Amino acid sequence: MAKTKEEYKDKKMMPKGQLESVGLGLTGACVAVVAIVVVALIFMVAQQGLTTFFADGIGFGSFITGQNWIPSDGRFGALPLIVGSFSVTLLSTLFTLPIALGSAIFVVEIQPGFGRKIFQPLVELLVGIPSVVYGLIGLTVVNAAMRSIFGAAAGTGAGILSGAIVLAVMILPTVTTLSIDALAAVPNAYREGSYALGCTRWQTVWHVVLKSAMPSLMTAVIMGMTRAFGETLAVQMVIGGVEKSMPAGLLDPAATLTTALTSGLSNATTGSVEYHALWSLGLILLAMSLFFILIIHLIGSKGAAKHD
Amino acid sequence: MTRDLDAHAAKIGKQDKIATGILTLIVGLVLALLAAIVVYILFQGLGKMLTPGFLTNSPLDDENPGISFELFDSFYMLLWTLLFSVPISLGAAIFLVEYAPENWVTAAAKTAIETLSSLPSIVVGMFGSLFFVVVCNFHVSILSGALALTMFNIPILVRTIQQALEDVPRSQRDASLAMGLTRWETTTKILLPAAMPAIVTGVVISAGRVFGEAAALIFTSGSAPARLNFASTNFGSPTNPWNIFRPAETMAVHIWKLRMEPSQGNDVIAWGCAAMLMICILLFNVLARVLGKALAKKMTAE
Repeated sequence: MAKTKEEYKDKKMMPKGQLESVGLGLTGACVAVVAIVVVALIFMVAQQGLTTFFADGIGFGSFITGQNWIPSDGRFGALPLIVGSFSVTLLSTLFTLPIALGSAIFVVEIQPGFGRKIFQPLVELLVGIPSVVYGLIGLTVVNAAMRSIFGAAAGTGAGILSGAIVLAVMILPTVTTLSIDALAAVPNAYREGSYALGCTRWQTVWHVVLKSAMPSLMTAVIMGMTRAFGETLAVQMVIGGVEKSMPAGLLDPAATLTTALTSGLSNATTGSVEYHALWSLGLILLAMSLFFILIIHLIGSKGAAKHD
Repeated sequence: MTRDLDAHAAKIGKQDKIATGILTLIVGLVLALLAAIVVYILFQGLGKMLTPGFLTNSPLDDENPGISFELFDSFYMLLWTLLFSVPISLGAAIFLVEYAPENWVTAAAKTAIETLSSLPSIVVGMFGSLFFVVVCNFHVSILSGALALTMFNIPILVRTIQQALEDVPRSQRDASLAMGLTRWETTTKILLPAAMPAIVTGVVISAGRVFGEAAALIFTSGSAPARLNFASTNFGSPTNPWNIFRPAETMAVHIWKLRMEPSQGNDVIAWGCAAMLMICILLFNVLARVLGKALAKKMTAE
């Protein structure tokens, strides 16, 4: 028997249908807010960043390929910054990959008890250490190490190599955790099949587990690269901040897109060409994160098809 | 032929041992690195941190500058960030797990959250410096900073809350719906209480991440040490600590700022600050686990 409106009023209850739309409305509004903010962000970065090319008369080609970033002279060549960003990202991934993969294999295949209960939580603790603290350590430990290993060639010790080493430590937990998940998702039947053929543990890992986990492992690496590419303050503290010309080597002080943004934005007047050029750097960063997401989706759809 | 097989067996056995050895070595190295980092921070900063007055003196103190304002600002900023980000993330996560129809709107919302999670925090800060500070006219303030941090925190929180809700056994959801409760009643009365321990753990861990974030704050809440007057009762005054329209400088930003103007004294303060930051974040991690366990225990005992 359906209750009448009065009965609901007496019990101070809302009719169920109405209650349901309240729930849907409330939670839907939260999602809408997030989506609107993201769209606003993309729109605003694009609008400000494209002003450089459409209103301030700087050619997109010369912006991307110009080798000198000297805003005070009106020279906006972002190539040194792009090269800086890509080299620290690729180098740090190169340093991290063997360590993260090795740890993940150890955790999943060799010592799951110790690995899952003790090692993994400890590594995840590394995520919690703030970027500025990594920067402080990099500045005192890594830069000093560079000076003592490479001598005069390293200068102050600040440079792409120092930045890459600090970043490698920072993305290690991300890549390790995701690699552990990737290896753990490989069905046990694959391993048993390999053992039944008389393969050793290492052969099983190398020929079976790693191969079938490949798509997820690639996702792990891309996630690490996303983090490295966008990391700001730790890199800024150790890389030396030389934006005006191309870095000549790994020991040369350099700058990345994010560090140039941080050091430039506080001095640039709103609406000036320099201000818009900095937003263009932001636009490149935004485009790169969207690109990384796209790759992850592509790998995801391919990998899913392969596992069955 | 048999000899060859034996040799092969010996070879692959040896390979296996070597591989195990190398993997163990790598794990040992990672653990050593972790220990070295934590010990090094404490070694460099603990002495300064425990100096009398460091945690309680104002940063403007000429003789013995401390970090009391930064400490207050860090926690106050965190409070506002959580006030903004927890309800929004909770709503968004519930929508995605319980309501989301399988159509392009849901797909677009998921992509939006994913985009937010992979954005560099400096881009979020840059957006905040124009949108919150100029367009919304909040100026360089705690409010702008907390909103920027909210954007940074939402994807992390949505993911953990989603996970927590999905981990509630399907049978509980089905039983509740079968008894005639609506989806919303099921969510608020059955699912949320069951997922609460995991949600609380997730929120506290995300608080640790927010606590150490600096890049998103430099252009939204400022990097100049605020002049606070704890005796002030005028809530519109820029020196009133509770005023959310005043600029603020958190500990993480303070460390960055001190490194940008290096001097011997600044270096020591930066390390003291770093040690304090580390200890706070370690405490957040411990608190998250303890709270989660206590809540889970309380709920299953009832």
